[in-house]
Amino acid sequence: MVAYFEATRDPEGGAAIALDEGEASVLRTLARQLLELIGPEQGPADGGDDPLAALFTEGPSEPPKDPALARLFPDAYGEPGQDQDDEVRRQAAEFRRFTETDLRTRKREDLLAMVRGLDEAGRAAEGDSPAVLTLGPEDARRWLGALNDLRLTIAVRLDIKDDDAAEAMLDFPAGDPNRPIVLAYVWLGGLQDSLIGTLLP
Amino acid sequence: MGAVSAIPMEIESTQSQEAPAEVPAPDVPWVTVVHNDPVNLMSYVTYVFQAYFGYSKDKAKKLMLDVHHKGRAIVSEGSREEMERDVQAMHGYGLWATLQQDR
Repeated sequence: MVAYFEATRDPEGGAAIALDEGEASVLRTLARQLLELIGPEQGPADGGDDPLAALFTEGPSEPPKDPALARLFPDAYGEPGQDQDDEVRRQAAEFRRFTETDLRTRKREDLLAMVRGLDEAGRAAEGDSPAVLTLGPEDARRWLGALNDLRLTIAVRLDIKDDDAAEAMLDFPAGDPNRPIVLAYVWLGGLQDSLIGTLLP
Repeated sequence: MGAVSAIPMEIESTQSQEAPAEVPAPDVPWVTVVHNDPVNLMSYVTYVFQAYFGYSKDKAKKLMLDVHHKGRAIVSEGSREEMERDVQAMHGYGLWATLQQDR
């Protein structure tokens, strides 16, 4: 895994990358898995198709049970990792009811932009040559969010809780069953860093 | 920040108020706090502070280093509504943020 982003000549900003089939497939698989975890767009509670009803549909008030989702959709009130008193819990629940649905939509759209880009580049690629993916400024921002969300969820699965754990992970032996996902995690970090490099002067 | 009036505080009238000390005054600002985590890249956190808040590279980097070394940093302050917006945006970027009243 060696592909990284480079800046394009687009004055508005943008980034390009050449991905071989294996690299594109890793990204697509991870994005699809996270899309599945986040779940589909929630319609109004009664299942009707009234667009106004959808506007007034409230989101959940409890944090997600899945630890990876709980990291993507954290509480807005209270100290992380500490018990909340009733007032803080009430504030966190209210904030969540009015924001989590939008947040899920954003994360879903970022990941869908990634899958769409990979599919388009794959179709345009000829023979064994790598698929060249070119992102405009908007898609570059979406990819940046998607790459970050993928790293956050993989880190939860790998139980990376502090900086030492992150570094120790790099020493996993060749036969370790987690090694492929660790390598993917490290590569995603490099991808993300190279993409940031194209967005900032 | 609005202009601050130069009229001196009326000591006597504040003394006569008997509001309990633990109830924060309504004009105490709220703050957005970003918490450290081992996953978000330093370059990414700096990028978010520049892109969302419009902070200079130096200021964004200083805040990022505060998050990294001190475990947390106050990245913005204002009304509760403004801070809820900022926290929601930080969650959108995948940063771990909370809001609180700055006592």
